[in-house]
Amino acid sequence: MKYLLMIYSNPRTWGHPIFLRTAEALELDDAGRAGLLADFEALLAEISDSGELVGAQALADPLTSRAVRVRDGERVVTDGPFVESKEQLAGYFVVDCATPERAEEIAARFPDARFAAVEVRPLMDGSAPDL
Amino acid sequence: MPVQPAGEVAGVVADDVWRAATPRVVTALVRRYGDFDRAEEATQEALLAASVQWPRDGVPDDPKAWLVRVASRRLVDAWRSDTARLRREADDAARLPADAHVAAAADASVAEGDPEGDVIAAASGDDDTLTLLLLCCHPALTPPAQIALTLRAVGGLTTAEIARAFLVPEATMAQRISRAKARIRDEGARFEIPSAADLPARMSAVLHVLYLVFTEGHTATSGEHLHRVDLTAEAIRLARVARRLLPDDGEVAGLLALMLLTEARRPARLDAQGRLVLLAEQDRTRWDHAAIAEGVALVEDALTRTALGPYQVQAAIAAVHDEAATAADTDWPQVLALYDVLEQLTPSPVVALNRAVALAMVQGPAEGLRVVDALATDRRLARHHRLHAVRAHLLETAGDTDAAREEYALASRLATSIPEQDHLRRKAESL
Repeated sequence: MKYLLMIYSNPRTWGHPIFLRTAEALELDDAGRAGLLADFEALLAEISDSGELVGAQALADPLTSRAVRVRDGERVVTDGPFVESKEQLAGYFVVDCATPERAEEIAARFPDARFAAVEVRPLMDGSAPDL
Repeated sequence: MPVQPAGEVAGVVADDVWRAATPRVVTALVRRYGDFDRAEEATQEALLAASVQWPRDGVPDDPKAWLVRVASRRLVDAWRSDTARLRREADDAARLPADAHVAAAADASVAEGDPEGDVIAAASGDDDTLTLLLLCCHPALTPPAQIALTLRAVGGLTTAEIARAFLVPEATMAQRISRAKARIRDEGARFEIPSAADLPARMSAVLHVLYLVFTEGHTATSGEHLHRVDLTAEAIRLARVARRLLPDDGEVAGLLALMLLTEARRPARLDAQGRLVLLAEQDRTRWDHAAIAEGVALVEDALTRTALGPYQVQAAIAAVHDEAATAADTDWPQVLALYDVLEQLTPSPVVALNRAVALAMVQGPAEGLRVVDALATDRRLARHHRLHAVRAHLLETAGDTDAAREEYALASRLATSIPEQDHLRRKAESL
């Protein structure tokens, strides 16, 4: 089963890895920050190595976002994210896991889960089970 | 006799020939060189060479010998060309006797001077194919890794084909396979049949892998099938191999029967628009009656002759459905009795849920609902669409239309399969 892991963050300034830009991480000493990075890199190595990582991408600052709407045939483009909120989508990972529990375990190991949240959502598939 | 274009004929024949030969080529090389990882890799290279040469030049007289010869050379070349690897080999050899992880082949008779000939002679043992299957389904591996390795080393599929079949990038699948092989090496797994005490558990892992491959293929919709190998056919082929190796194992027979009895309904399970058709509403004249006859014979033989197991019971349930001329003719008390047995053998929420449907058919929807409501107290199951789909169906049968509509809508929201979600939403909208 494939899952989309959405990395939400509330950084002081935008940049990747995003968890190092959070207030919590900025208040840590160098060793603490290096520890976070090491945790993240170990996770990344593990899910690449296991063949669970299907794809991932870091997103640009929400400031660069454009929300596009068409009303009465007219295109209306607004600057900034669709939803103005404290926590913004900063990137995503697609993982293919043996169980939903494993997907949650991976999500919990992103340092971002300690500061904001990692949302785990199954990807839909075209399978047709017997009913 | 009309002359066929060589390429076409050879292409069709070659695919079957090299796929069938794959496990024997791998095992012959493992026996000779004692390195599963590289033997498997070299076999893949030989298969790729065959896929280019055979359609062009025709299938060789002895395809297996050809594959073994080419694979042996690839393996030896790889060793010779990689001095760094040789050094590492030397280090490993210092720590480990050369044959420590390979039990001697029963028919091993190492002839000096003709190692290739010897490997070819050894490439015949059926038992080795079983050993290979068991190794690919080693308990240290996750099911996705077991599946990938089995399809490559035993099934003879390429990494690209397996990746497409499971809709993941080739790099992801390649990683899964190489990690699986590294894991097997790290575990110190031996290329031999496990002890009599371990064999049943190890065989059940093999059967589970074949079952998962089958399910992946069976539930794929026609749109998804484009450019994908037929995993259903592959699973049935491998189950037949397992049955040939273990003719007295009732669970192997049961699994093969379950696959045949399930696959028999494939022609009727989707309508012309690709929408799901409920078992009760399928056009039974479109079922594959030859497959049903074979599956029924297999499971009846296994049930009378061998120890009872969950695959046999599931096959027996499928057989009861398949043998009913109409949905109304279904022997539900028999289905319920079989689910009672299955629940004792392998208790699980999914079995309990399916049993609740049979219970409702025998004793009425209220009894079924009582069981389903009890199951809903489990947090995981409470968010599973199947529970709500069953509950909706039972509420509908009981005549509680409003509650059924709400349940179908909730089940639809929780479903992660597009055709199933579509089916559940249409049910909700039809009430």
